[in-house]
Amino acid sequence: MSVTGGRIQQAGGASSASHTERKHASMNSQPRNGHEQHANGCNHQGPNQEHRSQRVDGSRTKALPTPIPDPPILYTKLFINNDWHESCSGRKIPVYNPTTGELLCEVEAADSEDVDEAVRSARAAFQTGSPWRSMDASDRGRLLNRLADLVERDQLLLATLEALDCGKVFLMAYFVDLMATIKTLRYYGGWADKIHGKTIPVDGEYFTYTRHEPIGVCGQIIPWNFPVMMFVWKIAPALCCGNTVVIKPAEQTPLSALYMAALIKEAGFPPGVVNVVPGYGETAGCAISHHMDIDKVAFTGSTDVGKLIQKAAGESNLKRVTLELGGKNPNIVFADCDLEYAVEQAHSGLFFNQGQCCLAGSRVFVEEPVYEEFVRRSVERAKSKVLGNPLLPGVDQGPQIDQKQFDKIMKLIESGKREGATLECGGSMWGQQGLFIQPTVFSNVTDDMLIAKEEIFGPVQQIMCFHSISEVIQRANATHYGLAAGVFTNDINKALTVSSALQAGVVWVNCYNAMSAQCPFGGFKMSGNGRELGKYALQEYTEVKAVTIKISQKNS
Amino acid sequence: THPPLFIFINNEWQDSVSGKVFPVYNPATGEQICEVQEADKADVDKAVQAARLAFSLGSVWRRMDASERGRLLSKLADLVERDSVYLATIESLDSGKPFLPTLFVDLQGTIKTLRYFAGYADKIHGTSIPMDGEYLTFTRYEPIGVCGQIIPWNFPLMMTAWKLGPALACGNTVVLKPAEQTPLTCLYIAALIKEAGFPPGVINILPGFGPTAGAAIASHMGIDKVAFTGSTEVGKLIQEAAGKSNLKRVTLELGGKNPNIIFADADLDLAVEQAHQGVFFNAGQCCTAGSRIYVEEPIYDEFVRRSVERAKRRIVGSPFDPTTEQGPQISCEQQNRVLEFIQSGISEGAKLECGGKALGLKGFFIEPTVFSNVRDDMRIAREEIFGPVQQIMKFKTIEEVIERANNSDYGLVAAVFTNDINKAMTISTAMQAGTVWINCFNALSTQCPFGGYKMSGNGRELGENGLKEYSEVKTITMKMVAKNS
Repeated sequence: MSVTGGRIQQAGGASSASHTERKHASMNSQPRNGHEQHANGCNHQGPNQEHRSQRVDGSRTKALPTPIPDPPILYTKLFINNDWHESCSGRKIPVYNPTTGELLCEVEAADSEDVDEAVRSARAAFQTGSPWRSMDASDRGRLLNRLADLVERDQLLLATLEALDCGKVFLMAYFVDLMATIKTLRYYGGWADKIHGKTIPVDGEYFTYTRHEPIGVCGQIIPWNFPVMMFVWKIAPALCCGNTVVIKPAEQTPLSALYMAALIKEAGFPPGVVNVVPGYGETAGCAISHHMDIDKVAFTGSTDVGKLIQKAAGESNLKRVTLELGGKNPNIVFADCDLEYAVEQAHSGLFFNQGQCCLAGSRVFVEEPVYEEFVRRSVERAKSKVLGNPLLPGVDQGPQIDQKQFDKIMKLIESGKREGATLECGGSMWGQQGLFIQPTVFSNVTDDMLIAKEEIFGPVQQIMCFHSISEVIQRANATHYGLAAGVFTNDINKALTVSSALQAGVVWVNCYNAMSAQCPFGGFKMSGNGRELGKYALQEYTEVKAVTIKISQKNS
Repeated sequence: THPPLFIFINNEWQDSVSGKVFPVYNPATGEQICEVQEADKADVDKAVQAARLAFSLGSVWRRMDASERGRLLSKLADLVERDSVYLATIESLDSGKPFLPTLFVDLQGTIKTLRYFAGYADKIHGTSIPMDGEYLTFTRYEPIGVCGQIIPWNFPLMMTAWKLGPALACGNTVVLKPAEQTPLTCLYIAALIKEAGFPPGVINILPGFGPTAGAAIASHMGIDKVAFTGSTEVGKLIQEAAGKSNLKRVTLELGGKNPNIIFADADLDLAVEQAHQGVFFNAGQCCTAGSRIYVEEPIYDEFVRRSVERAKRRIVGSPFDPTTEQGPQISCEQQNRVLEFIQSGISEGAKLECGGKALGLKGFFIEPTVFSNVRDDMRIAREEIFGPVQQIMKFKTIEEVIERANNSDYGLVAAVFTNDINKAMTISTAMQAGTVWINCFNALSTQCPFGGYKMSGNGRELGENGLKEYSEVKTITMKMVAKNS
């Protein structure tokens, strides 16, 4: 495995469709004219470049953005009512750089009392007659658009913070996470004044209409794998619909969320509309999910914790719950597909973001005639990955987020070996120290192995063999999860049959990780509850009120 | 002197093929402002060719992400906002609108409309459909193609945005003809369109006259849709031309003779002021003008008294004087037409309460005019005057006023003033009008659909409904091997 060298891939790719610079940021790869990439949308997949055609020679590297050296960390306090606060307890969270293990800074740790304070401020901002409640919907949209402009202005700094704080490859953070962040804000900026109720031809001498009203104070708890993007996936639809927010970033990665808080204030959101309370799950997260004055909680994270959240909502005030949880996502590769392309998509579909994606295509089912060749090429591709400091150009895999995750992944790799899967490459830590794991590929994986059942959340690819379409549908669905799925085939009937049959909230046909702000995203079964993004997310942040008026005489 | 302004085709400034130019006047003084290249059929052909090319499969415009179309519209809105004082100035100069209302109403309306449709670009959803049989069906909302758009002189900028916003959000290309009286702000928008980064050929602006350039658009075989705002008379010609040529889709936003119904229980101060603004706004040159005011008998005399008092206080003068409420009519021709209507009102026996004459200023001014004791059969009660002339009628019962209000070929807007919820609901249900305002008037916004019943038009502009008029629905049905729910 090469560990040095200048292999720089420009994310998203300069396809002929890239008529504006913004296009370079688009991560979605769609096969067109062979392997040419058509940039599309606000996607967080990014890894799916067609590598050979996307390599950028030395002369072009100058055009790529570079991280800000030693970026200032300006915001480390709780953000409540548009002001910075110390925590009531005085406790702090140490924030580390997972690449080096160094302490980056300490951040105020919110606990129950701080959540109370944040909820009070969010509740006050939500009072009828408040500036936020009496604002035109189009002005809410303007504020979201302004926030998008500010994120765009500070894109380099935010991408640098993100790479430092969670070990993301800088260019990916810049082109995938930040572009998706900006596009999501703009997308929901556009929805604010388009959330339509209906008038209804009700029986009897009545006139009925519906209003889609904001739910109220929304608690939002987000994970460490896409800190700034998750922040925006949560706040954008909530604010678009007119809610107020108390949001808890993950304790590992609070920096970009706190920076966003400053931008929220700068954009001109009224005090109390967004409150950012970094803290731990067992304390601040627990306080949010149990809070009697929070009307809705949205959580992205593990299925284990998702269950606790739903339980807490039931125990407390029956707050509305949306959950976006884990996945063990099948990626089905038929023999008739474009193999080289499928290998690349399956590779990036799993290894993107160090494998730390709920969407990771971690069960790759390959049809028997092409199985051996698929494994061979996948191994070759995995071996070509460049590990190292994610701030450096040429690196395409950074560290795992923390020791706990590192240990869990290593344990699952060990279980794979023990249960008889063939370790094709990787399988150990990388380097002398730190949280790096070699890109790992297992073949001859059977469905009953732990590595085929549990979410690994690391750079570990499982490749299984299948013989028939009915068999692979049955096996792909034999899981409690149901987040995403992929299918690679040029046969329209196979594509339609598999996409209909899979129990998953998202099915990609001849692509993987093709996410965009316009498309709903969420899980079947234990991968979650409700949908984020697209128009569908709006219904998760609104209460419908039916207003019926007695009239003296009805006419059609 | 200023050289003639050009035609905007393919993101380039071009002379007219004929070499002809036409003068543009300041209606407040009658003086010529400048000359503009005059588009005719040959120029329309060139523009359609450019628009067709920009719309061809594989073009930059067709392959662009919908969200990127939205960004371009959003950028255009930012540029209009940046230059709004300049644009409002030119608009005032060219159309005689008072500057401040132009800045606050027209420019805001323009900017908000562009932003609104910018937001819609990537939210125009088709559906997937559970069709019978072993099939999968979904719909795509595709742009129609090259859209001809013909706009009037009463709100030149805002009409430009009303037309461009939905057409571009949906991905069409456009050949737009501003009114010959008021091409200046529209041409400036052309420059901003180029600056915003729209690809060449997506928007083409062709100043010209109705019988030449307008007729060429309406009967063009290479134009897929025509949208027109203007008089009912011309609207009929447009629809006829579409039928005679290529059955292009037609949307029309035409005239109105809009009833404004005031019940005795209404807040009288509010109703008088709203009724006043509702007819006199923009010197009465609005298709939405509330030009038939039906007042319930018990308050009729008081309503007339206060309306006259209010009309007499209306300040008519230079559009650039900040105290001015009313500028000139757009042209000498319009001024004469309005004065002729006033004469007909007098000769048919309506009572002229105030006004009625041209103002002795340079330019095309008319005194704010109020008629009482107007009967429904008078010309001033039936025809669209498009000037500062208020007709006030009396009614006794709700059934009677509904019948009289609807007794018109027009059906654009209507209003009712009452604090009784039952009256409000009954009237708003019964009115044959595309928009009904309750205790307000002219409460237009980009979020709400707007358009006419009957001979006030065809189709709707603004709101989500506006998108439908700029999309073709394509149903795609795929045979499946085995269906499952």
